[in-house]
Amino acid sequence: MNHRRWPLVAILAFGYAFLYVPVLLLIVYSFNESRLVTVWSGFSTKWYGELLHNRQLLDAAWLSVRIASVNATFAVVLGTLAANALVRQGRFRGRTGFELLLTAPLVMPDVIIGLSLLLLFVAMQQLIGWPNGRGFTTIAIAHLTFSMAYVAVVVRARLAQMDRSLEEAAMDLGARPLTVYRSITLPLIAPALLSGWLLAFTLSLDDLVIASFVSGPGSTTLPMVIYASVRMGVSPQINALATVIVALVTLAVIVAGIAMRERR
Amino acid sequence: MKASHPRRPLSRLFNIGVPYLWLGLFFLLPFAIVLRISIAEPALAQPPYTALWEWIDDGVLTIQLNFQNFMLVVQDELYLAAFLSSLWIALVCTLLCLLLGYPMAYAIATARERWRVPLLLLIVLPFWTSFLIRVYAWIGILKPNGLLNNFLLWLGVIDQPLAILHTQLAVYIGVVYSYLPFMILPLYANLTRLDFSLLEAAADLGCRPWRAFVKITLPLSLPGIVAGSMLVFIPVVGEFVIPDLLGGPQTLMVGKMLWTEFFSNKDWPLASALAIVLLALLVVPFVLMQRLEQGLDDATEGRRQ
Repeated sequence: MNHRRWPLVAILAFGYAFLYVPVLLLIVYSFNESRLVTVWSGFSTKWYGELLHNRQLLDAAWLSVRIASVNATFAVVLGTLAANALVRQGRFRGRTGFELLLTAPLVMPDVIIGLSLLLLFVAMQQLIGWPNGRGFTTIAIAHLTFSMAYVAVVVRARLAQMDRSLEEAAMDLGARPLTVYRSITLPLIAPALLSGWLLAFTLSLDDLVIASFVSGPGSTTLPMVIYASVRMGVSPQINALATVIVALVTLAVIVAGIAMRERR
Repeated sequence: MKASHPRRPLSRLFNIGVPYLWLGLFFLLPFAIVLRISIAEPALAQPPYTALWEWIDDGVLTIQLNFQNFMLVVQDELYLAAFLSSLWIALVCTLLCLLLGYPMAYAIATARERWRVPLLLLIVLPFWTSFLIRVYAWIGILKPNGLLNNFLLWLGVIDQPLAILHTQLAVYIGVVYSYLPFMILPLYANLTRLDFSLLEAAADLGCRPWRAFVKITLPLSLPGIVAGSMLVFIPVVGEFVIPDLLGGPQTLMVGKMLWTEFFSNKDWPLASALAIVLLALLVVPFVLMQRLEQGLDDATEGRRQ
């Protein structure tokens, strides 16, 4: 390493510390016995026990996981279609508008997406009677609308880099386009589909603002429970929950990493 | 290649049509409804706003347009201050992200090849854990008897706890912390494509490293800077969670006001008017981002078709 690099390395180290220390502290203090989260008084796993008995939180977590799975699955389908359109269909009428619609959800503030979708659902209910009330379906539709845009980004990058020669060979041998797509293209872009699915899953699991707007009575998602609890102040149970989430995410990343390595 | 890959009208219709229809219905159409309700009047009804038009028995159509919400948003000092302060906070945070993110992206892009992917993965990883919980982590750190104050007191740097939580500073910290990866990723993507032989040529011609950076690297990485900045700036203007959890009563932000108007005051028309004005403010930075991105995409994939 040459001597000019040390300021860069120092900033990089500071940056990583900034990104990771808060989460590490959360994990450490989730094993703290004291209710006062910031005073260490001994090792304990009692907050994990309490977490397991928090009915409301577990119900919310289960609802969130269900919504996130449905959302991620449909988001991969819609996002992949959109990526196909952008990479494979060349110029088409309305392409600029298409791209605009696909980019906007990535940066649109959540309060705007949430409010506008709620007003749409209310108007639709008045006009055609559907959706009747709000809950699982409306939250899933709302999440799908922004997470498909993220999936499209991931799949699009993969499709654009992809080597087309295998597809062309199959075409030359007379395979039908749909067969080629299913048996050659899809396996080749599978890693992107997997990361897209995981990304859409996390985005949905994580969303507070949009879900708050479009949910109804009886459909409280995990972030809504966390938010209500956090507004009351720091709570050791939330620290324990954070640790569980970080552990699960780390596990998922490792599994996905291994799965992708084996495909190569 | 073109001959072996004919465009199928059916698959074309399907690939373009389905996502287009979905986004049109659930993303574009709602804005029209927001606009419509922003000129309605709040009412004690379900849903809580008045209809825009009504047929009265003898065939008279009455249309009622109420622009008071917009007058209020534009004229009331509180709302004006909230918009200005949102833009200001977003601007400061974008600059802070750039200041920290640029050297980080540069360090990763110029690291040894086998280090790049793991280093980049470490940038993306926090993004996969709950945003809400990561913002929450800062409450425990910044509060008066929190970890940072305890640490500084223990060091003897301060003898009174600092009030950081529920101030603007806490909002800056929370935003930079949450949005830093969005700045680093496009910058990294841009900097890895940089032709470093240009810098070597400049050095050979006697150009000092700092000058070479300002004259060559910085202008060439401008697309990355703009993309990263927009990815931070646009969502932060409408941010709700961070000012709500870390900010104080004096932290005015539009996202938080919209939330309060909607959930606490049940004033849907006013919340809609706030959303419309916010949307209008974000159109310019958004178009800027879009133009840039389109140029990049055309360069990488559009020409291949």
